[in-house]
Amino acid sequence: MSDTVIKIDGLSKSYLIGHQRREKYLALRDVLAEKAKSVGKRLLHPLRGASVGLISGDEFEEFWALDDVSFEVKQGERVGIIGRNGAGKSTLLKMLSRITEPTRGRIEIDGRVASLLEVGTGFHPELTGRENVFLNGAILGMSRVEIKRKFDEIVDFAEVEKFLDTPVKRYSSGMYVRLAFAVAAHLEPEILVVDEVLAVGDAQFQKKCLGKMEEVSHQGRTILFVSHNMSYVSELCDRGILLNQGRLELDAPIDDAIDHYLNRLKAVNMPTYKATGDGSGSPYIESAWISYGDGEPLQEARTGDSVGFSFKVGNPRKGLSFNFSICDMMGHKVSNFNTLNTCERDLVIPGENFVCTIEELMLSEGTYLVNMALVEGGALIDHKTNAMVFDVCAASLRGRKIGNSNYGTSILMHHSWKLPS
Amino acid sequence: MARIIIEAGRAERHYWLDLWRFRELFYVLAWRDILVRYKQTIIGVAWAIVRPLLTMVVFTVIFGKLAKLPSDGAAPYAILVYAAMLPWQFFANSLTEASNSLLDNEKLISKVYFPRLIVPASSVITSFVDFLISSVILFGVMAWYQYWPSLRILTIPFFIAIAFCAAMGAGLWLTALNVKYRDFRYIVPFVVQFGLYVSPVGFSSSVVPEQYRLLYSLNPMVSVIDGFRWAILGNDSQIYLPGFFLSLGVVVLLLIYGVLYFRKTEKSFADII
Repeated sequence: MSDTVIKIDGLSKSYLIGHQRREKYLALRDVLAEKAKSVGKRLLHPLRGASVGLISGDEFEEFWALDDVSFEVKQGERVGIIGRNGAGKSTLLKMLSRITEPTRGRIEIDGRVASLLEVGTGFHPELTGRENVFLNGAILGMSRVEIKRKFDEIVDFAEVEKFLDTPVKRYSSGMYVRLAFAVAAHLEPEILVVDEVLAVGDAQFQKKCLGKMEEVSHQGRTILFVSHNMSYVSELCDRGILLNQGRLELDAPIDDAIDHYLNRLKAVNMPTYKATGDGSGSPYIESAWISYGDGEPLQEARTGDSVGFSFKVGNPRKGLSFNFSICDMMGHKVSNFNTLNTCERDLVIPGENFVCTIEELMLSEGTYLVNMALVEGGALIDHKTNAMVFDVCAASLRGRKIGNSNYGTSILMHHSWKLPS
Repeated sequence: MARIIIEAGRAERHYWLDLWRFRELFYVLAWRDILVRYKQTIIGVAWAIVRPLLTMVVFTVIFGKLAKLPSDGAAPYAILVYAAMLPWQFFANSLTEASNSLLDNEKLISKVYFPRLIVPASSVITSFVDFLISSVILFGVMAWYQYWPSLRILTIPFFIAIAFCAAMGAGLWLTALNVKYRDFRYIVPFVVQFGLYVSPVGFSSSVVPEQYRLLYSLNPMVSVIDGFRWAILGNDSQIYLPGFFLSLGVVVLLLIYGVLYFRKTEKSFADII
């Protein structure tokens, strides 16, 4: 029994969602206005009961982000938590890292936990690389002595020696991410909780991070890892927990869990995406949809089709850029489309729809996922992984028939064979 | 091995222990705020000096010369004003900085756990550094007027402690209100401005008519400012004891209420921010 390090029992979390108001916080003026109204009402109709709630006229619906989830994790296990957007993965991680409290249920953890829900938490742009290492280390729970001891190792890992005394606001986004991850990678907790932080940074660095995490797990540490990239999950984890709409759907060896998840994913065709902002007025991806080149909603794309990807950004402002990636089922990015690269540099993201048209869809048969990101000066403003799912079926490309066996590859290229005559 | 148990209402019971455990983060955040403040511009430091100095000049001219309000004993009016300006600026800066601190650190709060009290508390510390810098000017002004403090100056740490409690109490309260009601931030500058005129900054509290003195002492800053003057102006300043203790009581209540209200709202910060 002693080697169980995390014990989760009947864990649930509910949020109240207002139907009328989009903001999740109150404005004093609304509360005062409502109070005045209800006082007025009471004076006029003293016999009627008072309305319930802070702001009447608003309907609240209880939404269970996580519903009665129980499982145990033993020491040294590497658990991958998978599931669609909104399945409750982030909520689970947030509760494990004590950012929010559960509504019901309990978690018992034996050992020091470090959670990495984001790289570079608390990095301050005005401070130098050196100062940020200490700051970020402390935020992640390292003591000053510990950071001092590992300082050289961290700097080495991030490959930023030369810029240690430069404010990080002058760093390239790659350097920034490297430094941020380097600090995180040198945490030495007994339990490491990691959210999709590997989604950033270049491929080579991602490999390095993954290697570091594997090294950590071989030292007998426990890892809880959340990612949409199935190949990372299968590489790193040995056990998978599949969440679906707040419930635990499957707890199995990682490959079984991934198979199950991919089969579910294949069964859906989700060519549209819609979101509401958080009311804070900051830009967000409002909607996205895939259509045929002529604007008709997409049913199933065929190789070689002309396909349009339309997007709409809420609260747009100057200086934003937008990009999206098409990924295969395992989460590998197949291709990326960025307004910074293909549009004029100062493209102002408009408040209306903008469309990226792919004249010829050069994808082989399979199911593909779309990740989207809204960026401002290197910082991620909003992003959604697996926001849309679409199927491509084999057809003919420029008159040539495309088979449906591509040996697991997803990109097609125009080519010709020359045979000896 | 440390065992952590997470369940509804649990963090509540271990709050103060956690606050102790996270003390290192507290130092680091305060260090960051100070570093950023004085790094951004040289004006950062100059600002801590220029602001109280200019206000002192204006108040001395308006209240001392034009309105001809009496000083405490033989103390130069400028010193009378500056002795009050010091704690007042500290209090006002703390309120302003603290009330915005949680929103400024929104990212941190939604990604990492620590007792949230640390964030506004570190803003108060930053304002305290400003206070120390401005204090240097006081000695300059006193040297200019060749006005030497008595031994009472040694009691100043006690009054600084009161100022701290007042700043912390009010700061925490406003911080929590600011997170809960997003339009509250428009009210804070008004409160600060209003406070400047209802506190005895530009004038001695001895000009308040005797029968209203006790009522006037309900303002927590009265005890702080009167205390500062008593300590700095030496025998020229007399303290009105009943008022001082009443005001001190208000400070204590404010601190307790501020902490309690903050604690009550804190649980939901990560959800609503």
